[in-house]
Amino acid sequence: MTRQTAKELTLQVLIGLSPVALGVWLAGNLQANLAARGLTSGYDFLLDPAGFAITEGPLPYQTGDSYLMAFLAGAANTLTVSIPAIALTTLFGALLGIAAISRNPLLAGVVRLYVDAARNVPLLVHVLLWYVLLLTILPDATKPFVLGPLFLSKAGLALPHPLTGEWPRLGYFGLRGGLQVSPEFTAIVMALATYSAAYCAEIVRAGLQSVPRGQWEAAHALILTRWQAIRMIVAPQALRVILPPYISLALNTIKNSSLGVAIGYPEIVSIGTTSMNQSGRAIECISIIALLYLILNIATSFTLAIVNRRVQIRER
Amino acid sequence: MTETAPILQMQGIHKWFGTFQALDDCSLEVRPGERIVVCGPSGSGKSTLIRCVNQIETVDAGTIRFDGQLLDDSPRSRPIRKAIGMVFQQFNLFPHLSVLDNLTLAPMRVGGLSRAEALTLAHAQLSRVRIAEQAGKFPGQLSGGQQQRVAIARALCMQPRLMLFDEPTSALDPEMVNEVLDVMVDLAQGGMTMIVVTHEMGFARKVADRVVFMEGGRIVEVESPEDFFDRPRSPRAKAFLGKILSH
Repeated sequence: MTRQTAKELTLQVLIGLSPVALGVWLAGNLQANLAARGLTSGYDFLLDPAGFAITEGPLPYQTGDSYLMAFLAGAANTLTVSIPAIALTTLFGALLGIAAISRNPLLAGVVRLYVDAARNVPLLVHVLLWYVLLLTILPDATKPFVLGPLFLSKAGLALPHPLTGEWPRLGYFGLRGGLQVSPEFTAIVMALATYSAAYCAEIVRAGLQSVPRGQWEAAHALILTRWQAIRMIVAPQALRVILPPYISLALNTIKNSSLGVAIGYPEIVSIGTTSMNQSGRAIECISIIALLYLILNIATSFTLAIVNRRVQIRER
Repeated sequence: MTETAPILQMQGIHKWFGTFQALDDCSLEVRPGERIVVCGPSGSGKSTLIRCVNQIETVDAGTIRFDGQLLDDSPRSRPIRKAIGMVFQQFNLFPHLSVLDNLTLAPMRVGGLSRAEALTLAHAQLSRVRIAEQAGKFPGQLSGGQQQRVAIARALCMQPRLMLFDEPTSALDPEMVNEVLDVMVDLAQGGMTMIVVTHEMGFARKVADRVVFMEGGRIVEVESPEDFFDRPRSPRAKAFLGKILSH
């Protein structure tokens, strides 16, 4: 071994060890500080009763249930807002992206304006804006605004139940039956959808524009309409370019649903901070929040990666 | 005069790209069965001229009539454009579709043919361009010459009455040029009306009824191939021929 390589090796070992040393020091520090304040640590609190109520969600959580159940209910709520938010993002984003390449300058200009406006306002403002709008402009629950099968009021959105087919009915204190969602839910879903749709529109536009002009010209020469050209020729080729950034956007949308905490929607972060306040286990609660997001996002990313492989068109 | 009516009439065509004038008062009439070769230096407006015929480019002034009917970029012109086929320099096959799907797409979606009819038609056109055995492949698996022949077959599947060729051999390796030119000669001998933008002067001499020479967006000469190649009148045509025939 030459002196030069020995020196390099020593340096590398030192650099490699330094984060380990830092971690050991921080852990020791934590232990000492917790002990000094008489705090306990560990995940055993998860089985204690949480004692707080969760206003809505698909899981049958009750006030006396454990913290673990509360976290699971929060994760379920995060999914419950993320899925419709991603679906609406995709729908709006695709429509806006196609409109952005329209030959009608007015339509393309309106889309441009929307994308710029929506992207340049922080998501938190979107969330608050939708929430305030829903709570101020909508009529009281006894006189809901009816839009086809949708009943909108300050009490939230009511629609026919997708499984039972039951329609909401107007009762003495407002709407009963059907599928009822809170204004918090509606606000966070709409905020995520309108915000992410702007990014989605840009992803779709860029994807469509990445297809060579010659493909449009060949479609034109074969008398395909513009819509047929997009559907049969351009979009299938654009999808390869669109999907990877689209997957990132979907994952971001799930993470961004954490802003539901701002309007009291009981998703993971909201449940996590409440649990933290009650149990005093800050590090544990934060680590659980992180872990739940990690699991949700890895699952989503895995699913979409399969979709991505499916649509990779074979060209040879 | 007992000549047949022209199938294509271009009258006083002007085309601008921003401040650049690509076409300057171009007029041309093509009769059924005629083979026109358009040549000229790079940037002379040859491609733009034929791209205007099927409305890939819209004209800024002048009129284009096909069979006496006015052509423009409105949906009204779509039934008329069906009779005009186009072959591109870069083939522009659809890479995500198999050769057969490339050929059957438009006849089924635009022409209203059933899948069985479209397939019969596609196989017939693939045999015509001598590439029947490649029907199941994807464009990316074919050589340039094979791709261009598929592109010709694709245009023929719309059963056009006029075929436009925009430098069909310019993107090909030299050894593949002839397989494409042979197919085009066959087409010409079958009586297809053709407008071909090309630098293949051998093809022009052999096939063309008239040679159109363009420069600076203007049609400078329209001659028979013999007159054009052996007795070019304009000094610019002489200079052009001097350059391309010197090797």
